[in-house]
Amino acid sequence: MLGAVALTTSLATEARGQDAGKVLRVALVQEIDHLNPFLASFASSVMVGRMTWEYLTPAAAGDNTPSPALATSWRASGDRLTWTFSIRQGIKWSDGRPMTAKDIAYTYHRIMTDKVAQEANGTYVGNFDTVTAPDETTLVIKTRKPQASMTAIDIPVVPEHIWSKIAKADDPATDSLAVIGVGDGPFVITEYRPSQLVRLKANPDYWRGRPKIDELQFVSYTNADAAVNALRNGEVDVVNRLTPAQFESLRNSSGITTGKAIGRRYRDLLLNPGARNAGRQPIGDGNPALADVEFRRAIARAVDPQTLIDRVLGGYGQLGGGIVPAAFPLYHWEPGPGQRYTFDPVAANAELDRAGYPRGADGVRAGKDGKPLNLRLVGKSSEDFSQRAADYVVSWLRAAGIGVTRQLVSDNEVDERTSAGEYDLALSSWGTSPDPDYILAKQTCAALPAAGGSNSSSAFFCDPEFDSLYARESTDLDPARRADEVKQAQARYYDQVPSVVLDYDNALEAYRSDRFTGFPTQPSGNGAIMEQTGYWSFYGAIPASGQGGGTGGLPAGAWLGIGAGVVVLVAIGAVMATRRRKRDEDRE
Amino acid sequence: MSQAVTAGPRERRGGTGAVRFLLGKLGGAVASLFFVVVLGFLLFRMIPGDPVATMSREKPFDPVQLAQLRARLGVDKPVYRQFLDYLGGIVRGDLGTSYAYNRPVAGLVAERFWPTVLLTGTATVLAVALGLWLGVRAAWRRESFFDRTQTGIALTLWSVPQFWLGLLLLIAAHGAFPSGGMRSPDVAPGLVPRTLDLLWHLALPCLTLLAVMYAQYMLVMRASLLGEMNADYLTTARAKGLRDDLVRRRHAVPNALLPTVTLIFLQFGMVVSGTVTVEAVFSWPGLGYLTYQALRVPDLPLLQGVFVVLAGSVIVLNLVADVLYRILDPRVRAS
Repeated sequence: MLGAVALTTSLATEARGQDAGKVLRVALVQEIDHLNPFLASFASSVMVGRMTWEYLTPAAAGDNTPSPALATSWRASGDRLTWTFSIRQGIKWSDGRPMTAKDIAYTYHRIMTDKVAQEANGTYVGNFDTVTAPDETTLVIKTRKPQASMTAIDIPVVPEHIWSKIAKADDPATDSLAVIGVGDGPFVITEYRPSQLVRLKANPDYWRGRPKIDELQFVSYTNADAAVNALRNGEVDVVNRLTPAQFESLRNSSGITTGKAIGRRYRDLLLNPGARNAGRQPIGDGNPALADVEFRRAIARAVDPQTLIDRVLGGYGQLGGGIVPAAFPLYHWEPGPGQRYTFDPVAANAELDRAGYPRGADGVRAGKDGKPLNLRLVGKSSEDFSQRAADYVVSWLRAAGIGVTRQLVSDNEVDERTSAGEYDLALSSWGTSPDPDYILAKQTCAALPAAGGSNSSSAFFCDPEFDSLYARESTDLDPARRADEVKQAQARYYDQVPSVVLDYDNALEAYRSDRFTGFPTQPSGNGAIMEQTGYWSFYGAIPASGQGGGTGGLPAGAWLGIGAGVVVLVAIGAVMATRRRKRDEDRE
Repeated sequence: MSQAVTAGPRERRGGTGAVRFLLGKLGGAVASLFFVVVLGFLLFRMIPGDPVATMSREKPFDPVQLAQLRARLGVDKPVYRQFLDYLGGIVRGDLGTSYAYNRPVAGLVAERFWPTVLLTGTATVLAVALGLWLGVRAAWRRESFFDRTQTGIALTLWSVPQFWLGLLLLIAAHGAFPSGGMRSPDVAPGLVPRTLDLLWHLALPCLTLLAVMYAQYMLVMRASLLGEMNADYLTTARAKGLRDDLVRRRHAVPNALLPTVTLIFLQFGMVVSGTVTVEAVFSWPGLGYLTYQALRVPDLPLLQGVFVVLAGSVIVLNLVADVLYRILDPRVRAS
């Protein structure tokens, strides 16, 4: 028996040693819903999909601007309604068939005409009138209205010869390798074990050239601590979504490099400016004082985001300005020296006095209705930031004569209350994408909810001046002028403060630099490796010299464990044997 | 279960008695199952939060798409219609479609059912074996050093939070065992390497569960054996000249085993429900973690589905236990 155990463990060890190719293992701490790109909605699923289906004009690694991929060039007609894309020749699907403009037209058209296929990427085609491929290298899209974000169509293009045979876009078979295993990106999916593993092999025919690694694995972990542990033990090579504490603990580990990337999310303190619905009827129960822009500006002066970054985020954040984070330098806006609401309790108090909110005998100011000002601050009880930041906000506002009650509730309840306008102040955060259209559109009057409960508007902002800036930005095809309009819109938002943008959280990541190097970040220099709008990091990863990826056999501790197991087995065997002998002697 | 025992039929005629007993139990199980189905619907609708709001957050959605999403989820229908659809679905064996995963709930549950059964099943079997063995020995040598230390250790582990112990083991293992998951990405094909790999992954989560679970079996076994210790039949057995060892094994333990068997059956019902925290710590692809994820949306069909499956398993296993009890214990049949 002993011999058998030893033999089999050595077999297993050999197997583990064999994978010492250039296998890059990435820890996923978020679930995957689907790999079918029409349904894949979770961030992890989208990230995996980016590796295997090429895009029309993906955001460049360097600066997040549209770059050629399937399309080599593009132009809009004089009336700004017809877009013509020249499609690259010579790209092949992984089953050998050529990729042509017809595949792109098919993919977009399927989303336009098939409601089920709209699940993940429906919005991108909302303004499309027709999509045609007059020949194999030309794609023509006609839009109903001019649309500036036409070079940011973030839709993975799928092979027509596979998908045209699939009648129901949500057929469970669409998550099988026969369907998702055919791609034209840098990697091709070769194995999918739900909630465990996605395995991708390098695509030797990738049009930019074969990746430098042989295999890419996304390994699922249900918590970040386990993923950190796996990184330390060399079971995975890259982890992200680290907390400051986890990040600090990895900083000085040998063989591991940590990355503090510029964030693509902004955190803000929502100030309910008088929530209204699409019919402009007031909804929710926000304090009327917050409808006064002077009052909101005074609050912006009374809070100190830098302290929150230093004390709560451990320094892993960047002071906030416009709602487009600094990760998108082309569109990001920073307030000038005279414009910024600098932390100044004295000035905040003076502004409140001037605006007509006198302090009562107990030090609490009264609103215009004469009632004492007591605001509710809603935040997520599950979130460390909300818990600790809430205490700071309470004390800062108390110093300005405004009473604040903390209401830390479940994530769902925060979403529910903020989208129904049932808050005065709320701690919130939003992720953004390379094209600013999406996050700006959320601040327009058109985004006000038709009924309470749909959170299309993020801060219940509705301002004619902002709307006209947005209207210009969203239809302006001149990139430089458009960028300027995007910045003006952010300046208007900042001036009207429906929310105080507190910071852009750093994306904290770590990787085994003893095994892999050279990950291109997005944007270059200070950007992130994971959850890019593109495949740049994993496509560009280089195996470290002299090191094979993968673990070379079972670690010593495992042998110890196996040894202990064997000893226990032998002991049990011995006891059983003596028992049997005794039993023969003890017949009653 | 003890109620079930006393409520059993009093007839002596074995045949019809058994049938009536079985029908009674079956009826009870069906009634409980119906109650569970109704409760499953009502319970999760009390969770605050709008699934549409959670799912559309941070994604570009226009009002038309939001309306489409509401229609797909069926949350635009009145609650009574949703309930009827849900009931109709269950009757047809359709547990609905998960909101977040956009997949049939039955498929999601089936995918994760066996990993959970494997983990908690193994841990329960080991916990029963270890608990009984220690319990018997502790009772036999009551107040001895062995008894006091073992009882102390068991009680300490029993009161330790599972996730904390799991994390501690994970860190202490220092790479000797995998940080999570059920299978390595790369294992040689063949049954033996795969099984070894599975055992390697199973070790830590199983140990965590075992450590926390075995105390209950040990203490119940110890207590019931202590109750038998002064029984006359043991004196008789000793008077026959049997070794102490045999007196314990052949006479005392079988009689003391019944309360423990009851407990084991009750616990086996819980096996399927798994353990959310251990699965979350060790990234075990089971039902517990699925439930945890579903709560955050809230993914009502998934929660209902998991709830019905879990509660259904408990009911079915209890039914099996009732029947087995009748076979195992002659007194139940005779009464």
